Amino acid sequence: MNLTLRIWRQRGPEDRGAMVTYELADVSPDMSFLEMLDVLNERLILEGEDPVAFDHDCREGICGMCGVVINGQAHGPRDRTTTCQLHMREFTDGETIDIEPWRAAAFPVVRDLVVDRSGFDRIIGSGGYISVVTGSAPEAHATPVPKDIADAAFDNATCIGCGACVAACPNGSAMLFTSAKVTHLNLLPQGAPERETRVRDMVATMDDEGFGGCTNTGECTVACPKGIPLTSIGNLNREYLRSLTRR
Amino acid sequence: MSWTDEEVVPRVRSVAVTNDARPTSPVGIFWRSTIGKKAVMAVTGGVMLLYLLVHMLGNLKIFYGRESFDEYAHWLRTIGVPALHGAWFLWIMRALLLVAIVLHATTAYQLSRRDLKARPQKYAHRQRLEASYAVNTMRYGGIIIALFVIYHLLDFTTLTVNRHGVEGAAYDNIVSSFSVWWVTLFYIIAMLALGLHIHHGFWSAARTLGVHSAAREKNLKIAATVLAVLISAGFVTVPIAVLAGLVD
Amino acid sequence: MPETTSLGSGGSAYWTVGDDIADTAAPDGPIETRWDRRKFSAKLVNPANRRKHTVIVVGTGLAGGAAGATLAEQGYNVIQFCFQDSPRRAHSIAAQGGINAAKNYRNDGDSVYRLFYDTVKGGDFRARESNVYRLAQISTQIIDQCVAQGVPFAREYSGLLDTRSFGGVQVQRTFYARGQTGQQLLIGAYQALSRQIDAGNVEIHPRTEMLDLIVIDGRARGIVARDLVTGKITPYLADAVVLATGGYGNVFFLSTNAKGSNTTATWRAHRRGAHFANPCYTQIHPTCIPRSGEYQGKLTLMSESLRNDGRIWVPKTKGDTRSPDQIPEAERDYYLERIYPAFGNLVPRDIASRAAKYQCDDGRGVGPGGLGVYLDFADAIKRMGEDKVREKYGNLFEMYDRITGEDPYKVPMRIYPAVHYTMGGLWVDYDLQSSIPGMFVIGEANFSDHGANRLGASALMQGLADGYFVLPPMLGNYIASTKLGSVSLDDPAVTSVVGEVTGRLGRLLEINGDRTPDSFHRELGELIWDECGMGRTEAGLRKALARIPELREEFWRRVKVPGDSGELNQSLEKANRIADFLEFGELLCIDALHRAESCGGHFREESQTPDGEALRDDEHFAYAAAWEYTGGAPVLHREPLQFDYVHLAQRNYS
Ligand SMILES: Cc1cc2nc3c(=O)[nH]c(=O)nc-3n(C[C@H](O)[C@H](O)[C@H](O)COP(=O)(O)OP(=O)(O)OC[C@H]3O[C@@H](n4cnc5c(N)ncnc54)[C@H](O)[C@@H]3O)c2cc1C
Ligand code: HEM
Ligand code: HEM
Ligand code: SF4
Ligand code: F3S
Ligand code: FES
Repeated sequence: MNLTLRIWRQRGPEDRGAMVTYELADVSPDMSFLEMLDVLNERLILEGEDPVAFDHDCREGICGMCGVVINGQAHGPRDRTTTCQLHMREFTDGETIDIEPWRAAAFPVVRDLVVDRSGFDRIIGSGGYISVVTGSAPEAHATPVPKDIADAAFDNATCIGCGACVAACPNGSAMLFTSAKVTHLNLLPQGAPERETRVRDMVATMDDEGFGGCTNTGECTVACPKGIPLTSIGNLNREYLRSLTRR
Repeated sequence: MSWTDEEVVPRVRSVAVTNDARPTSPVGIFWRSTIGKKAVMAVTGGVMLLYLLVHMLGNLKIFYGRESFDEYAHWLRTIGVPALHGAWFLWIMRALLLVAIVLHATTAYQLSRRDLKARPQKYAHRQRLEASYAVNTMRYGGIIIALFVIYHLLDFTTLTVNRHGVEGAAYDNIVSSFSVWWVTLFYIIAMLALGLHIHHGFWSAARTLGVHSAAREKNLKIAATVLAVLISAGFVTVPIAVLAGLVD
Repeated sequence: MPETTSLGSGGSAYWTVGDDIADTAAPDGPIETRWDRRKFSAKLVNPANRRKHTVIVVGTGLAGGAAGATLAEQGYNVIQFCFQDSPRRAHSIAAQGGINAAKNYRNDGDSVYRLFYDTVKGGDFRARESNVYRLAQISTQIIDQCVAQGVPFAREYSGLLDTRSFGGVQVQRTFYARGQTGQQLLIGAYQALSRQIDAGNVEIHPRTEMLDLIVIDGRARGIVARDLVTGKITPYLADAVVLATGGYGNVFFLSTNAKGSNTTATWRAHRRGAHFANPCYTQIHPTCIPRSGEYQGKLTLMSESLRNDGRIWVPKTKGDTRSPDQIPEAERDYYLERIYPAFGNLVPRDIASRAAKYQCDDGRGVGPGGLGVYLDFADAIKRMGEDKVREKYGNLFEMYDRITGEDPYKVPMRIYPAVHYTMGGLWVDYDLQSSIPGMFVIGEANFSDHGANRLGASALMQGLADGYFVLPPMLGNYIASTKLGSVSLDDPAVTSVVGEVTGRLGRLLEINGDRTPDSFHRELGELIWDECGMGRTEAGLRKALARIPELREEFWRRVKVPGDSGELNQSLEKANRIADFLEFGELLCIDALHRAESCGGHFREESQTPDGEALRDDEHFAYAAAWEYTGGAPVLHREPLQFDYVHLAQRNYS
């Protein structure tokens, strides 16, 4: 396949940045999207140009490191798929593909397609855990967890922290991400003692980090490679309002 | 940097953003958070929704004729009498509505500003949005509704802009207003905006307040549509009827 | 007295042999109580004094994440690093299948002793008994810890934990979280770590890469690291350094490891004096998605758990190009079930991998290039129903579909072996301390407890055991029993390392040649895969050893690294890692050459049984090979292994 790529190039956070056009020939439909960018970068290096910076690591759809907006869609056109797992067979010969970084005030661009998502880490740090000092845990079977609860918690625990939800949300909101963690931990009996403080502190941090509020638009769940559902946001709201009625 | 067994080294400083200004009272926390503000919006929206439901049903009385409607308008002012004095009920309701609309508009404004700031740059490739017509219609729709309410109060409550403008003659006031095509058009547009606003708003409020769940999703969507259609259609029938000469 | 060894006719001296070494930290006596006794004899740091001590932890995977969180909880100051943008993305996240623990919840005859036994045997008798026993003991605590953290392991309808079986064992002791066990365990450790970061007990440096180790007065006292965003090079000092930087599988270029996984931290530490042990023990995983083209940068693993229900077969006739559904039952060879009836599709990884290679070498392979065998779920779907299969393996099937564009519910998967795990690593004693005092190595980065072959679901167990339970008390012991002088950033030992690091990056940028960094990595990887992959021969290894120095020389002459060092420069990061792979690859091949026996993941074609199985040579090679860096030919130190509990026996899985 032959493709025209329009890629966001930005040297550093202070740079203005612009879309730059590249022609790429002989792309195999079996390539992954990132392998296609690898090929482009090999060429750019040999031509003496700076290769395109993009984040990636596992290339298996699990680490959450990759992620670009492809033709206006976070992680590209295929449902439930991270950028690294997207393959070029989803595109057609001769197509023009626009590639941009996640856009949100809370995710400043570091370079080209690389953004700073450390706000997510701070949200988790402010309450997204169960406090259990190493070695102090009770026997694992002491607390059975009904399968349906365990499964629901799991569905939310699958979030990979990629940030596509924020990128897709017209308000740059981190509600889906935060709701997934709150739902995962608050559902479990192990998470119950910190149920109120957890949600209160995580929401406060989320707001402090400059993420927008949720207007229930629903873009986030469409972009989410792990299919975290909107009901998790409803659950986050419920947990939050509930937490304010207790101390 | 040097450490010996004797020296006490300060603990590593946290890199987390800790905001010293964080409030500690539940109300403070609530009001400062985006979720809290959304909840305020949802509750005040709900209050207004209730009022509109009653208001709409009352308006339909216009089809029972002038007397019946004017009586009803009068009754509105005297509900609660004699337990409450004169127009007390009206004033209590007005106060409630005023508080609701002020809170609703304030939170709408604050959150919208915040949301726009959180996403300052658009994508060069237009985002193919799956569902978000709602966000913009909520904001613009809200503004249309606000303008409408102002005009509407000048029209029927203070009678400032009403052509007939006779106190107590609600029926004739209405008929005179809606006999002008552009006033009617404005009302109809406002009613459509209101319908859209309620359509997204009701369901959105359910999620904001956390009463939404996967199991209830379908029912809530149906309820939102029914409410939206009912209210906007109910309101719209009046100006249409006037324009069509069914009421005069 | 070191002696120079040369091999065969005309062989040049690739290495010299030094004195034997011993693990002096290991207690003896009854194996059941060794760990307890070691812990009891360890010195304690008074809780009030712990905050006076700073520990550097490099890496935030299962091992590093668990260690950082635990040390911080205990009161130490921790400075922690990872090269990804968040500690949550360490490569441990990709582990799919599960984690072993001797809980015996199924009452199927499991016990600490059996897990110990299986691991020593599975490792082909090249691991230390004491370490493995300790690992098996701690395994149960790990499950308790993780469940308390909220790790959502699979559960039964009773609400109790579910387990499954995994390659190489006959009990069901593997705990799992769908096909995302590593993710869930790592997120658990990451959350514990995040809590300590928020509390100010851990200073985290994401997107920061360790480029060298600072050794002062013979003790590890810090690291030099580069901020990958600003390019700033900074020395960090501490009382002890912990490396938890994972494996070196990417020396093969194509592997199932994350793209960033590298050997820089361990290799640089090796150059500073840490022995590197058993680098040739690499694990080839039998169930990976075959490669589809030249451009490919990464191979994808399909969890081993698939072998529980999938059946592996090839067509009986060579070069059969019919589509799989056209091949009748009678013309299929379920070769694992045929050759190893007791274990069938669940034989250990090395055996399954080699068996697949033989089928393909023999012309019975399927798919592009004949490099693949079928992994068929038709029977499982018939037996359990598609829904049950979906529940168990849904996300793996989805992943396969995404990558290949084929639907495994309808068409059998194609799989082929690929490099997956590295048993070798920095040499450590029972306390996990390397041969540089004050430097501890945990997780896949050390020459772990898996001997020459790791059993499925045991790496997660080892990483967490090291990080949560073994390292913290042993590190405390080091700090409590060592009088550490103060060191300063002006120390010449510090400034010289900073200078070396800066100089090296500068040189990489100056070359401005005509080949990309990746092209060298690809070439090195292919060479090592061909000559030091699934099957190794003396001739092949010599060929590789002749070629690697040439390639290295060419690299330093022709590599082209664009950009600057004072900015985010991913080409520079890569080139620097590749430079280390080019040195490390040589040691890997030397180790493989010197070990003229077959064992576990190391299969020397010259050493096999008449029916083609790996043939160990316990008389000459029952030792761990710890290599010392000299700058020229490395020095081999042998650590003899003793087997008092599990008796040396040829592995037999048929
Ligand atoms: C695809 C796949 C599936 C697997 N499945 C299983 C399984 O089912 N069960 C099982 O038991 N095992 C499995 N394994 C093996 C297991 O996942 C790993 O061995 C284990 O997770 C390694 O953990 P670790 O903490 O040692 O290192 P890693 O998780 O690799 O972490 C390394 C850390 O070091 C950091 N780092 C590295 N170099 C530097 C540097 N120079 N400077 C700064 N930081 C650095 C990285 O940023 C990272 O944080 C699997 C492995 C793979 C590849
Ligand atoms: C002053 C005029 C108004 C303005 C500016 C306004 C604006 C808004 C905005 C911006 C939203 C947020 C959209 C979202 O979060 O999805 C909203 C939500 C809502 N509005 Fe209004 N609105 C107005 C009047 C009304 C009226 C008259 C009603 C009564 C029917 C109403 C009911 C609602 C409801 C129920 C919601 C949903 C709240 C939630 O999502 O939690 N609004 N409004
Ligand atoms: C076309 C439909 C409508 C008609 C015919 C109508 C008619 C009237 C009339 C006649 C009054 C005056 C009642 C009185 O003072 O005696 C009134 C008051 C009012 N209407 Fe409407 N209305 C309509 C739609 C709406 C809508 C859509 C809203 C809100 C979004 C609204 C909000 C109000 C308010 C707030 C008052 C003032 C109540 C008070 O304080 O007295 N109306 N309306
Ligand atoms: S919720 Fe989904 S889109 Fe958002 S970070 Fe998690 S996995 Fe990514
Ligand atoms: S797209 Fe944004 S507005 Fe809410 S529903 Fe999702 S966070
Ligand atoms: S690179 Fe890890 S999810 Fe894409």
